[in-house]
Amino acid sequence: MAPLKAGTLAPDFSLPSTPDQKVSLSELRGRPVVLVFYPADWSPVCSDQLGLYNELLAEFSEFEAQIIGVSVDGIWCHLAFCKDRKLRIPLLADFEPKGAVARAYGVYNEKAGEADRALFVLDPEGVIRWTYVSPVGINPGADGILKALASIAQHRSGTMPPQSNPLPVKEDA
Amino acid sequence: MNGSATLTPPVSGRDHAQGRADALVTLVEYGDYQCPYCGAAHPVVKRLECAFGNKLRFVFRNFPLTQAHPYAMVAAEAAEAAALQGKFWEMHDLIYENQGNLEPDILPAWAQRVGLDLQEFGTAIKQGEITKRIKEDRNSGIRSGVNGTPCFFINETRHDAPPDYDSLRAGLEEQMT
Repeated sequence: MAPLKAGTLAPDFSLPSTPDQKVSLSELRGRPVVLVFYPADWSPVCSDQLGLYNELLAEFSEFEAQIIGVSVDGIWCHLAFCKDRKLRIPLLADFEPKGAVARAYGVYNEKAGEADRALFVLDPEGVIRWTYVSPVGINPGADGILKALASIAQHRSGTMPPQSNPLPVKEDA
Repeated sequence: MNGSATLTPPVSGRDHAQGRADALVTLVEYGDYQCPYCGAAHPVVKRLECAFGNKLRFVFRNFPLTQAHPYAMVAAEAAEAAALQGKFWEMHDLIYENQGNLEPDILPAWAQRVGLDLQEFGTAIKQGEITKRIKEDRNSGIRSGVNGTPCFFINETRHDAPPDYDSLRAGLEEQMT
């Protein structure tokens, strides 16, 4: 299973974010979206990763980006996890049918029954502009996400010549 | 690209460093004073410094996780204010050695204990320069691919193995051969 590549329209989905609410990707058109697939709530690396992004919400909002976490954990698990870690990032439950969204993005690990640790940065039209799959034990940090967001913002403000291809992530953006 | 997270910017004269600038290897830590894992890494760094002597230079940069740790910022400010009086490492060590007692009200007493001029200490914290410096550290950490705390870099490359003595020692030795 290969992760969806930059340049692909991100498949829409609708997943529960709380016991009585759902979030659809299509509702978020008009602003960049950072999709964070991760294996499981509570495991140490994931917690560090989401904790780090939680610290960087101000940086993400400078790009008007919405960050979303997705794992196969159920909604009650997400709620307890968010409360414990004081997370202000919506966590969606890819729980039933299990892992369907992770599969659609090509980042489902059949053997483990969990999502891979994968990042997708979408532009305001919902097109994937940057994809990164991290080794499961390694927390990828936020530099790649922020570079991708900066690149999208630059591209849209017309300060960069239009590019026909997936936006290269500028090293010094 | 994330696989080879690189320290940005490299170590310079603005950094707090222990050891010689021409040491064989430089170890950089991005740390948070209230983070228990950084607290656990503190004696590990001391042990590495003992083991490697002047072959090793150690640099500390601030990466306060203020959402998770409400006192991380005031502690970082205290250490930076101490730095202005030439006592960064004294304050740094004192905070980590007494991490369990860290709270904002205790910091002036600690400042006194390391021999700081309290009035100067207080004034420095009220001015914006220290906060600016901490932010610069934090932003450099984000650019460098810091992915949690503590986050170590050995000669500018992120150390992705656990931050324990054996793994850091092995990482440092690899750079010395």
